Parts: sequence; C-alpha cells; structure tokens
Amino acid sequence: MSVVTVQLGQCGNQVGHELFDVVCGDAHDGQRRSYCSVSRERFFHQTERGDLVARAVLIDMEPKVIKHSMNKAANSGRWTYGDDAHFSQKQGSGNNWANGFCVHGPRHEAALEELVRRQVERCDRLSGLMAMMSVAGGTGSGVGTYVTQCLRDTFPKSFIVNQLTWPYGTGEVIVQNYNSVLTLAHLYGLSDAILVHENDTVHGICARLLNLKHISFGDVNRVIAHQLGAVLQPALTTDSHGLYSRNPLGELASALVCHPEYKLLSMSTVPQMPSASIAYSTFSWPGPLRHLRQMLVSNSKMEEGIDWQVRLPAASERSRSLTGGGRGGGRGGGGAAAAAIFNRSLANLLILRGKDVYSAETGGFEDPALFTSWLSPRDAFSLWKSPVPFNKYEKSATLVSNSQALLRPLDDMVRKAWNMFASRAYIHQYVKFGISEEDFLDSFTSLEQVISSYSQLS
Amino acid sequence: MPEGDTSLCSAVGQCGNQVGCRFWDLALREHAHVNKTGVYDDALSSFFRNVDSRKSDGGACGFGGRIQHLKARAVLVDMEEGVVNEILQGPLSEVFDSTQLLTDVSGSGNNWAVGHMSYGSVYREQIVDKLRKAAEHCDCLQCFFLIHSMGGGTGSGLGTRVLSLLEEEFPEVCRIVTSVYPSPEDDVITSPYNSVLAMKELSEHADCVIPVENQSLVDIVNKIKHMSDGGKPGLTIRKDSSIISGQGGLRGAEKPFDAMNNIVANLLLNITSSARFEGSLNMDLNEIAMNLVPFPRLHYLVPSLTPLYTLADVSVPTRRLDQMFSDAFSKDHQLLRANPKHSLYLACALMVRGNVQVSDLRRNIERLRPSLPFVSWNQEGWKTGLCSVPPVGHSHSLLALANNTCVKSTFLDLKERFTKLYRKKAHLHHYLHVEGMEQSCFSEAITSLSSLIEEYHHLDATKGKLIPDAPRLSIAR
Ligand SMILES: Nc1nc2c(ncn2[C@@H]2O[C@H](COP(=O)(O)OP(=O)(O)OP(=O)(O)O)[C@@H](O)[C@H]2O)c(=O)[nH]1
Ligand SMILES: Nc1nc2c(ncn2[C@@H]2O[C@H](COP(=O)(O)OP(=O)(O)OP(=O)(O)O)[C@@H](O)[C@H]2O)c(=O)[nH]1
Ligand SMILES: [Mg+2]
Ligand SMILES: [Mg+2]
Repeated sequence: MSVVTVQLGQCGNQVGHELFDVVCGDAHDGQRRSYCSVSRERFFHQTERGDLVARAVLIDMEPKVIKHSMNKAANSGRWTYGDDAHFSQKQGSGNNWANGFCVHGPRHEAALEELVRRQVERCDRLSGLMAMMSVAGGTGSGVGTYVTQCLRDTFPKSFIVNQLTWPYGTGEVIVQNYNSVLTLAHLYGLSDAILVHENDTVHGICARLLNLKHISFGDVNRVIAHQLGAVLQPALTTDSHGLYSRNPLGELASALVCHPEYKLLSMSTVPQMPSASIAYSTFSWPGPLRHLRQMLVSNSKMEEGIDWQVRLPAASERSRSLTGGGRGGGRGGGGAAAAAIFNRSLANLLILRGKDVYSAETGGFEDPALFTSWLSPRDAFSLWKSPVPFNKYEKSATLVSNSQALLRPLDDMVRKAWNMFASRAYIHQYVKFGISEEDFLDSFTSLEQVISSYSQLS
Repeated sequence: MPEGDTSLCSAVGQCGNQVGCRFWDLALREHAHVNKTGVYDDALSSFFRNVDSRKSDGGACGFGGRIQHLKARAVLVDMEEGVVNEILQGPLSEVFDSTQLLTDVSGSGNNWAVGHMSYGSVYREQIVDKLRKAAEHCDCLQCFFLIHSMGGGTGSGLGTRVLSLLEEEFPEVCRIVTSVYPSPEDDVITSPYNSVLAMKELSEHADCVIPVENQSLVDIVNKIKHMSDGGKPGLTIRKDSSIISGQGGLRGAEKPFDAMNNIVANLLLNITSSARFEGSLNMDLNEIAMNLVPFPRLHYLVPSLTPLYTLADVSVPTRRLDQMFSDAFSKDHQLLRANPKHSLYLACALMVRGNVQVSDLRRNIERLRPSLPFVSWNQEGWKTGLCSVPPVGHSHSLLALANNTCVKSTFLDLKERFTKLYRKKAHLHHYLHVEGMEQSCFSEAITSLSSLIEEYHHLDATKGKLIPDAPRLSIAR
C-alpha cells in the first residue's frame, strides 16, 4: 500500500524532500528484496523507464522553494518529483494563517484537490495521506489546514496524518503562536494523528549529538527525516504474520490514537551520532533501550543529559496519585516536586530496526506504571520490528509516544498566544481576511481542552 | 512575463523625487554590480521592467532575455516641473517615460490644502490612470512604496491623496510610506501644519510608515564629514561606500540634499533587498506589516542603518559583525532623533544583507535582548531576514525597523510646533481659502495626532511593570 505525501509551504517542502531522500537511500538495491519493494511501493511509483517518482504533491504560494526542492531531487540521480505534481503561486501568505486558510486555500481548492487525486489514483492501494508543514508561517499552516479539511471531505475513509514542525521559541515569525494555535485547533478535529517535531529539540540534537557547528535547516531536516523514516519504512507488527505490514499510517493511528482527545505524537530515536562515527561504533540493544525508556519516563528529548532522578511510582503509590492528579504533567513543576512527576503515556509504539531485533528485551516499556489506569499495557504498547538496519545504523530504536511530552511546549504556545490575544494585538491582521475574535476564542477553547485532557491523564 | 513579486514606487513632491532619484540610481548600480550577465532576471524585475524599444507598443520583453531598456516601475508626481525636468535631463532620463510623469507648474506653495484638496481634485483621474497603467505592467503587484516629505505642500498634501487613492484602487496591495519629517529649524514656516494634516492621512491609510527626520540625516552627514576630514587620526571613510557617496552612480555633481538622500535611498535598498535578491531567510514585503504592526494605527517603524560610519580600520571580522548589531540599537544610527533603548519595543525586524548566518542572528539577538525593553505580550517580538547580496562596497549591512514608542517624541515635538502656530491662527487663512478645506480639518488632524500619542503613551506606561500572564480560559469538564 502507498502513502501520498502532501508538502505544504517552505518547511513542508524542505522537510518532505529530505524524507524522500532518506527512504530512497535506505531502501537501496543491496537491501533485502521484500523490504526494498514494500518501501518503493509505499513512497514511489515507477515510470515506464523505471525511474522513481515520489508519491508527493508540492504546494506553496510562492515558487522559489518548490523549484529548489524539485531541482535537488532531479539532481540526486536516484529519484524525482512528478512534473505534474506541484502547485505554486507568485506570492506567499505573508505569515498570515488567515490569508492561507481563508483566501489562498479556497481560491485554489479545485486545482489542489485535482493534484492530490491524481497521485491517489496512481496508487494500487492507498494506505493514507500525510500532510507535512510548519505551523508558524502562513502557507503551510493556513493552506495546509484548509487542504487537510478538503482531504477529509474527499477521502472520508482514508487515514490522514499531519507531520508538523513547531517553531523555535524565539522565532523568525512574530505571530507564530497565533498561527500555531489556529492550525492545531483546526487539525485536531480533522487529523487521525499529529506527528510533531519541535525545531528547538531537533536543533539541540544537531548541536549536541551530531556535533554540528553551523546548523542549517538542511541539517535539522535530515534529523526529522531520519525519525520519520524510522517510523514509516516497512516493519513487522505483532499481527502481520512475519510479513511487512502494509498500512503504516493506519497502523500508526490505531496503535497510538485510541481516543480523539489525544492525538499529539512525539518521537525520539536512539542512537543519533555524527555520520563519521557510525562506522566505528559498536551497537547493542540493552543500553540504548534503557536510555530510551528513561527518556520516556523523564520526558528528556535527547539521549544526553537524561534525568535519571525521575522514577515511576511503585505500585502502592500509584493508587494514591490517581486522586492527586490535577494539572501535573509537564506544566509548572520545578523544584523537588518535579522529581516525582513522570511523563505519563496514553500509548507508545516502539520500533526496532537492525541486527538481532528478535533478541532485544523490551519488557521495560510494558510497565503498567507508564500508562493511564484505563488502558492495559497490552492495548497501550505496540512493538514493530525489522531485521533490516535503517539508514546506516546497525541498530536503532524509535519511540513514538502519545504522552504528556508535548504538554509543556503546547502550553507555552497557548500561553504566549493568549497573552497577546488579551491585548488584541495583531488581531486586525486576521480579521482583514475573515478570521474573527470568536474564531480565535474557539481555537483557544479547544486547545485548552486538549491541554486539560493531557494534564489530567492518570 | 516576470515571475517574481513586483513593487511600484510613487515619488511625490520635490523631496520625494530627489530621494526617489537616488534610489533608482543606486538600485541600478547595485544590480549592475551583481548581475554581470546582462540578463533580465527576477531580481531586476521587482523594480524595473525590461522594454523592447523596437516594439511600438513598448511591450515588455521576456524573462531570461537580454536587458534591453530598463524602465522603473514608478509614477513621479510634482506640482512644479523643476525637479522632474532635471531628472529627465540627467542620466536617469531613460528610466522613465512621459506616461509615468505628472507635473504642473506652480507648486503647492508649502500648503497642504493646495496639494491635497486643489491638485488632488484636479488630477485625481490622471493620477489613478497613471497608477493603473503602471500596475498593469506588474504581473504580481506586491507592494506600493510612497516617498514624500511632510513639510511642503505637494509631497505632504498630494502625496497623502495618492495614498488614499491607492487604498481605494488597490485595497489588497500593501502600502509602505517613507516620510521625511522636517527639522525644527525648517525653512518652511507652515511645515508643522502640513505635517500634522498629513499625519492623519498616514495613520488612516498606510500599512507602514517609515519616518525619517531631516535633522538626524544632517547629524549623520556632519559626523561622517567630520570623520573624513580627519577628525580622528587613523580613521578614514571608505570612498567606495555607497551609504553616503553617490560615486559610481550615474549622476554628476553633488547637490545639497544628495548625501542625506543617499541615506534614505539606502534604507529603501535594504528594505527591498530581500524581495530583489536570494537569501536563506527571505522576508516578503507583506511580512513587514504582518509582523511589526500589532495595532492598525501603530504602524510607524523607526529605522536605523548600519554601517553608517564605515571606517578603514578593519578589526576582527566577527567583532565587527557583532558591532554592527549593537550599533543598530544606538542613538546615532537612528534615522529619527530618538532613543529606542530607553523606550518600549512592540516589535523589531532585523533585515541583514551579506554573508551572515542564522547562528549570527541568534547569537546577537540573545546578546542584545536583555538590554532592550519589549512589551509584555511580545517578549520574543523579533522578525529576521537574511539576504545574501550585500550593498556595493560592503561585506554586510543591517537595517533595523523598530516599532517602538520612542516615535512619540517626534510626534510630541510636532504637536507643540503645530499648537504654537495654531494658537495664533498664523497663516490659517491661506489654508481656509482652499476649496474643501475647513477649520475642522485642523482640529480633526490634531485630535488624531493626540490620540496616536496617547496610544503610545499607554503602552509606555506598562514598561518595567511586571505584568502577570492573562488568566487562562477555564474549561468546563
Ligand atoms: N525544521 C524546519 N523548519 C523550517 C524550515 N523552513 C521553515 N521552517 C520553520 O517554519 C516556520 C516558518 O514557516 P514557513 O514554512 O517558512 O512558512 P510558509 O508555510 O512558507 O508560509 P508563508 O511563507 O508565510 O507563506 C518557522 O517556524 C521556521 O522555523 C525547514 O526547512 N525546516
Ligand atoms: N531629505 C530631504 N529633504 C528635502 C528635500 N527637498 C526638500 N526637503 C524637505 O522637504 C520639505 C519641503 O518639502 P518639498 O518636498 O520641498 O515640497 P513639495 O512637496 O515639493 O511641495 P511644494 O514645494 O510646496 O509644492 C522641507 O522640510 C525640506 O527640508 C530633499 O531632497 N531631501
Ligand atoms: Mg513561505
Ligand atoms: Mg516643490
């Protein structure tokens, strides 16, 4: 089955390009045949001459970025974007979500839908659609939300997953928190699962784990693509009977999003290291998996500076903490009390790739203390495996988590936007294109709901 | 057909045209410096059309072809002929043709009402017509730039009339105005009237106003002269710097305002550089208002430009780069007599040109942030743009646009000068003679200015206070 990717705005088109580059490079001819062919079918279709063409639609309101991504793909010599798969206009959405959502989206609806439909019709079987975008600008966020809405209508039965890049704290866009709030609130009602990458976190990985000095968006995007690829490349699931599972997006959503109130997914991958070091490293399962588990428990975003003080409560304490929940989790915290607060999960998906996957011990991820009381670990934990080493790493483990991990950044985003909204600053820029104060309030309300749901996980 | 975004400039009055003239001159020089191939490209198309003079209809020739004949995307308006005629006799004459020009003979006599009301009514149709024609040549019109002075009659009066016509005709196209404010010792006695009357129009009809004060320009030019005259041993001004000298440009002898106007022209070059050239962090012109204007009327953006005082003594490169960022916030690099550091920032844009990396930006923002007071709800109110092409003769440059309450001081000054005249009803009859002009225009204009000042004042009053987070929405469960 195939995934059709929709790349929107500058960020979506740049990250999307890296993703195809990674999955294409990973499923090279020397790999096991079945892995390779499942991956190829998933992400590419082949021309009569046998050339690989990404199953992707490229959308931006200005031409430069798309042109650049298409050229880079063509110059790779390994794969290309389709000549008939892109849409651009002359002028971006000017960092204004309302301009993207209320003006550009509706204006070009027919053309954009046609592009997606064409890609979908090229798939023998569709696993689902993945829309990739940032939340801070105007096109990815606004047009992206609009397009997601159209896709929901056009393909009511398909899985739709959004891959979102969250902005740096101090940003290139002053109204980024408004745009983020509007995007997230709307997508929450449309998307089956929302995969989030925070630029600050990924930047930190580039600086501290990959030891890069001058970090470009290209570096950041390769890390994001590596993590995404680790999830989306073929893997064996518990009930795929020794064959590669066919439906990555559907399985992802059903493994992790069991309740519509909870669909924010974060990701971590271990190990990550400078590419020059990979060849000289010895890989094992127990160490990295122990790290990954503690990263989950303590909500540490990378395999460095992991907080080992945070512990899961013993079974006896657990019954008590059920009543004392409140707005715990990521919010507030600090001081001695923080040590007791662990990152509670609703559902987790662990993906192991590489040598000796079948001998890896993963029992630690099935501890009931990690999860809410209303789901048993059997329902809340999923494990995918593939014996094929991924993207040059002999062994690697990726955890996709539906947990309180994104509560803090989401709460910060909403707090900053709300402070701005309290003075009604910048609102006229949105009103101009048809988004009212009421619309803002609705969006704030639904995100407060999400925040409250996640913080009350117990 | 050109592919990139295009912008249309309108220069009105003597000052507007003299500044405009320097802008087109320097822009052409910049493009000649960067574009060695002689091929008409995206970059050139944003402010110039490429016209095939052999085609009788003056039709544009395609993209990627050779540069034939560049025409500025511009409309020049003056109610005297002098300045425009001078341009037509000079080396820039080829860049304009008669359909882009509108002149009369007698000028507005330093009277806003004559420019705005009389000429505004007489020439309304013609102005709209010329603007439409010029706009038709733009495949994707992104922005209007209006250049004018506040002190005279034509620039301030007719200029602001052009502004409201633009709003009527092209409501969706962003309007950025560069306004030259008179110094307190200005020759034009009625300049406070003209400026205050014009201010009301700017507050209501512009998306962004970039105010420049003649006194600041004079101070900067004097300081540069002083330094180049050997004020300090060992320091010399680089002769090829485009900031103050027009050398290398097309024109001949220097005129009195030239050095000052070059600074303003450079400001315009920097604002538009991201639209004209490649960069790793592009900043579209419509992103300026979106990010810097939190409330519709508070759209006055204080500009500062560095380097201004280009010195020959080259210190360590990164220190020089960091110095450039520090300078942008210092008093003597502001193009308005004000000190933003001592007032409150609502938002700030840094538009950088040359070989500067995102990490340089981040480092400098982090370094400077603690010393700069930002309004409570916009503590991270930074917008950044990186354009890889530096100005001619420099390795890098920085333009900061600050939405800062320090503009208030300029407005207070203006209000005081206005009130001094108005109390005595001095020269009032010259205005009230003009058809359409009434005393209420004066009272409304001064009320508008006062309420603008009040808005800045309110924000200022929050400075230094610890403002708690707004209480969050509570969710019923
Ligand atoms: N990780 C990553 N983030 C990016 C990239 N490009 C832009 N961003 C982030 O995306 C946000 C800005 O959104 P863009 O995607 O540039 O905006 P857009 O969707 O093109 O919308 P407009 O330009 O406003 O029309 C900021 O938070 C940037 O940090 C990229 O290549 N990688
Ligand atoms: N910086 C600068 N200021 C100028 C220039 N020419 C005039 N001024 C200033 O502009 C104000 C006078 O306005 P002008 O632009 O000359 O007047 P105008 O718009 O032509 O209007 P009328 O002459 O009344 O028809 C005074 O404050 C002058 O100091 C110039 O070339 N550069
Ligand atoms: Mg963009
Ligand atoms: Mg004049």
